[in-house]
Amino acid sequence: MTTDTVMATRDAPGVADTISRPGLGAYFVCFRGIVWREVLRFLHQRERFLSALVRPLVWLFIFAAGFRQVLGVSIIPPYESYVLYEVFVTPGLVGMIQLFNAMQSSLSMVYDRETGAMRTLLVSPFPRTFLLSSKLIGGVAVSILQVYVFLGIAYFWEIEPPMLGYLTVLPALILSGLMLGSLALFMSSVIRQLENFAGVMNFVIFPMFFASSALYPLWRIRESSPLLYEICRLNPFTHAVELIRFALYGQIDWTSLAIVIGCTVLFLGAAVFAYNPSKGLIARRGGPGGSA
Amino acid sequence: MSDTSHTTATAPPALSVTGVSHSFGEKRVLDNVSLDVPRGSFTVLLGLNGAGKSTLFALITRLYDNVSGEIRILGHDVRRAPTLALQRLGVVFQSRTLDTDLTLMQNLRYHAALHGIGAGEARRRCQDALETVALADRAGERVRSLSGGQARRVEIARSLLHRPALLLLDEPTVGLDIGSRESVLSIVRGLVSARGLGVLWATHLIDEIVPTDDIVLLHKGRVLFTGSVPGMLAAAGADDMRQAFRVMTGTNVETEAA
Repeated sequence: MTTDTVMATRDAPGVADTISRPGLGAYFVCFRGIVWREVLRFLHQRERFLSALVRPLVWLFIFAAGFRQVLGVSIIPPYESYVLYEVFVTPGLVGMIQLFNAMQSSLSMVYDRETGAMRTLLVSPFPRTFLLSSKLIGGVAVSILQVYVFLGIAYFWEIEPPMLGYLTVLPALILSGLMLGSLALFMSSVIRQLENFAGVMNFVIFPMFFASSALYPLWRIRESSPLLYEICRLNPFTHAVELIRFALYGQIDWTSLAIVIGCTVLFLGAAVFAYNPSKGLIARRGGPGGSA
Repeated sequence: MSDTSHTTATAPPALSVTGVSHSFGEKRVLDNVSLDVPRGSFTVLLGLNGAGKSTLFALITRLYDNVSGEIRILGHDVRRAPTLALQRLGVVFQSRTLDTDLTLMQNLRYHAALHGIGAGEARRRCQDALETVALADRAGERVRSLSGGQARRVEIARSLLHRPALLLLDEPTVGLDIGSRESVLSIVRGLVSARGLGVLWATHLIDEIVPTDDIVLLHKGRVLFTGSVPGMLAAAGADDMRQAFRVMTGTNVETEAA
């Protein structure tokens, strides 16, 4: 820890200012504060909490139940026997919770940037990469909270993975949450105005969700369209869903794991660059919330 | 035009801006801006909307880096040593930046955490800061229940938590009624004398200036004058600040009903 002492001048002579670089404890305090604020905000916004729950439950209770007889699922790993369609789509709906939560965070960051609230975070003396990563982890914590509430309700709808699966899925949720959160963080720097967010729904969320293995197994997609199959395989969200699916049954899909980690590094790197005060996209156009 | 009315001190000033220029694309918004804010001074950054005040604040707070020139807080270069520089900087931005869904105390505790202040110390400082702005009795209420002036006072309380040596306020009285304006001004002026803070107060409202203030006149991205109020009046050959502003910039300062 380095210390620099500056003596006050003018009206307050003799008053010493001690400036120290923050230690590890201060970093922890800052990290905890950012994560806690994300969780608090989520809990205070009851409508957001409810809609985050209702969306996947509607898919589970209505869509999946309706399509149970139409969409057959053969025995594919990690399942060891035929499973109900509801069981198959559950990991996809878990991914959907995380995807929507990430995009909600992105929307909230664009709003914060427009109103200037983002500045309170960015003028903290801690390194910007640390601040953004902490915010990202806060968003992931919120999404995991939602996922476990969803899985708890789904349990009573005969979605009963092994008990250990609830534990083994946690690392997968953290990783997939980080990947989607990093993407959202980057997008928040690219989106110029709140009004443009509708485009995100149409061009990012829907294609990512539907062109993935969230709702149908990839072999079924290949049967109907080899091109769409390739698109689905290239979609990082597919691998997030597969990572969750396998982890829920105590297994690891190594390919998905590698792709999710790789995409997280890529998206986070892009986000850190975008928010870099020297080179980033924000600096070039005079944000966040900046004006002459 | 310049008037050096400050006493020279060996220690670095709270804020020192030297030769800063900045552009967004082809548009040059700041051109070779230099100014000092000594400790224990109330410096008014006077300029019309679009003069470059907010951009200058964005550069001082390192929301983005200056293209050229140097900005130092207590002698620490904002670009090269941001951790040290930003540690003693308090900011009240032009737009409201409190989280309206959280309580006053939660907002302040969040800010304390952003400066690495631990829970026990944070609680004590938040209480003190709210008492300073006379809002301690509303600590548990949500921010959305406050008036504009009260929210501004909370933002000032928040900016004091980490004991800054330099306080930046970007048009903090815009949109406030006369009572709230006077209250905010009085609190900040009190901090200058009580705590020896260096304050940079950006405004386009002439009637917020008192004769003991220091002035930095910013117009179309350029500093036209730095010095004292009497110095500016003398330099412009004017009887009052409104006239001095008109003489120096060639434009009428915007007036706001008091």
